[in-house]
Amino acid sequence: MAPSPLTGEPASAGQPPWAKALDHRDRGWWSDFAARTIVWLGGMSAILFIAAIFLFIATQGLEFMRHRLDIGAMLTGARWEPTVEPPVYGALPLIAGTAWITGVAMLIAIPLAFGAAIYIGEFARGKQREWLKIGIEMLAAIPSVVWGVIGLHVMKPIIQDVFGVQVGLNVLNAGIILGLMAAPIMATIAEDALKAVPDSYREAAEALGATRWQVVWKVVLPHARPGLSAAVLLGIGRAFGETIAVLMASGHRLMVPESIFDSAATLTATIAAELGEAAVGGDHYQMLFVLGLLLFVITFTINLLADWLVRGRRKSA
Amino acid sequence: MTSTSPFAATAHEGTKLAVQQVARFGFLAITLLLLIPAIGILAVLVIEGAPGFSLEFFLDKPRDNGAAGGIATALVGTVWLTACALALALPLGVAAAIYLSEYARDNWLTRTINVAIVNLAGVPSIVHALFGVGAFVHFLHFGKSILAASCTLAVMTLPVVIVATRESMQAVPKAFREACWNMGATRWQTIWRIVLPNSGSGILTGLILVVCRAVGETAPIMFTGAVFLRQQFPSGIFDKTMALSLHLFTVSTQVTNVPRHVPFAVALTLILVVLSMNALAIWFRMRLRGRKKW
Repeated sequence: MAPSPLTGEPASAGQPPWAKALDHRDRGWWSDFAARTIVWLGGMSAILFIAAIFLFIATQGLEFMRHRLDIGAMLTGARWEPTVEPPVYGALPLIAGTAWITGVAMLIAIPLAFGAAIYIGEFARGKQREWLKIGIEMLAAIPSVVWGVIGLHVMKPIIQDVFGVQVGLNVLNAGIILGLMAAPIMATIAEDALKAVPDSYREAAEALGATRWQVVWKVVLPHARPGLSAAVLLGIGRAFGETIAVLMASGHRLMVPESIFDSAATLTATIAAELGEAAVGGDHYQMLFVLGLLLFVITFTINLLADWLVRGRRKSA
Repeated sequence: MTSTSPFAATAHEGTKLAVQQVARFGFLAITLLLLIPAIGILAVLVIEGAPGFSLEFFLDKPRDNGAAGGIATALVGTVWLTACALALALPLGVAAAIYLSEYARDNWLTRTINVAIVNLAGVPSIVHALFGVGAFVHFLHFGKSILAASCTLAVMTLPVVIVATRESMQAVPKAFREACWNMGATRWQTIWRIVLPNSGSGILTGLILVVCRAVGETAPIMFTGAVFLRQQFPSGIFDKTMALSLHLFTVSTQVTNVPRHVPFAVALTLILVVLSMNALAIWFRMRLRGRKKW
């Protein structure tokens, strides 16, 4: 083999002659290695935590679920009476309450969020756009418990007066509160979805003489549909998982609601209301973990689905 | 030639433009409809809560289960919880962001981490509370303490730090890194000297958002370390403590005969902290965006 022109030594097979000089393990190499390991562990921590959440909740709940709980009876039972003897764990009122309140919240949030996203993304320009975005961001930052106080002290009398009903803490109240809480996040995600539509599409439509509204309605919205669906899904996830605001605004009545003026209880609020008084490791305590597991599985599915919608969309664009 | 300019709008085009105007104002109205509650809430809180504001309100400890006195212990407790959560979440989150932005390849592991982050952010806060009770309070034997509550908050806010930091690190141009590598710097030297200093705004935004979340959350701390009433200031991380958010929940639902202005005053305090932090984050972002020229 010919000697290398750089060092005069014969080159080893397949490696440039200076490879060895670069590859020696000095202090820089070791600090690089240590840093790499540490940040890798940081990255792993996200996986670790989500796995740990699932494991902890599942192990607390599963044993009870397997041996002492009839799942069918739990999902369809209309009575949730964990403190009487013998305790009855029928989660139907909680599931129905969650569904009612989330439904009302979405009826309010979807038009508001999409309208705001379309205006901010497609019509507003310059300073006005910046200010509206800041407003949305501020709305999203209001803490859950403050929303609860609004439901309790402001919405309650308004609902009693406007609709002439006795109970002001009901499905409607909690739905409005949750709708307003979920709308800013949905608006942000929906606006991202609109932004992801390439400008060349808009320009092509405008070149054909379409007005801005026609561009939005015929070109941008159909193209952004997966992203908008993801926004709805994440909004549902948010409304569904909200705890303190719902506990304060829904009236927390453990019965299946029959209209939007009935008080109701949700899965999240029930855990929050009862975890403090349930004996650690007891049946009631484990039952609450079963509800937590249910919440975890449903939100996990919603998040995966939304993520898949957004990513699938990006790949095709 | 009276009116037939070749560029005049035809009747059809006129209708199109009218529809466009209607759509524009319709959507503006919807946007404002969303923002009016925000302003309304702020107005109500200020009108109802401001009379409760006084120096004593911030410096006194609560009396009568919170119906009288001030919020001093709750304020101090919230500072403890937030500081501890920050100390845990920030290093971990920044490390994860460095890995994802600078080292990770596009493979199944990275995708799994991303899915985990999305789900960690999406899991309901009460599920985080259950996890905190199971893992930190009982399994690790922290008991009901500031430590357990802060750990729960840290797990919950981790995605916020990761996402904010990762985004600002990815905004640092590739050419900066290449220039550094060409000088013979290792990957870590490049990250430490070039990438991190240039993404300080993102880390700071993450920090502020964590503070906002940690201050406002109630469900994750009410079973892991925060208590309804406690007259002493916490003296260490194994103490229980009061917290502003839980105190607001207590005075509005658990205690009877609370004067009407008390919950509003506590809520106003809470929202002023959160909104001013948020405004700070927004101002920061704008200033840096205005200054950056790449």
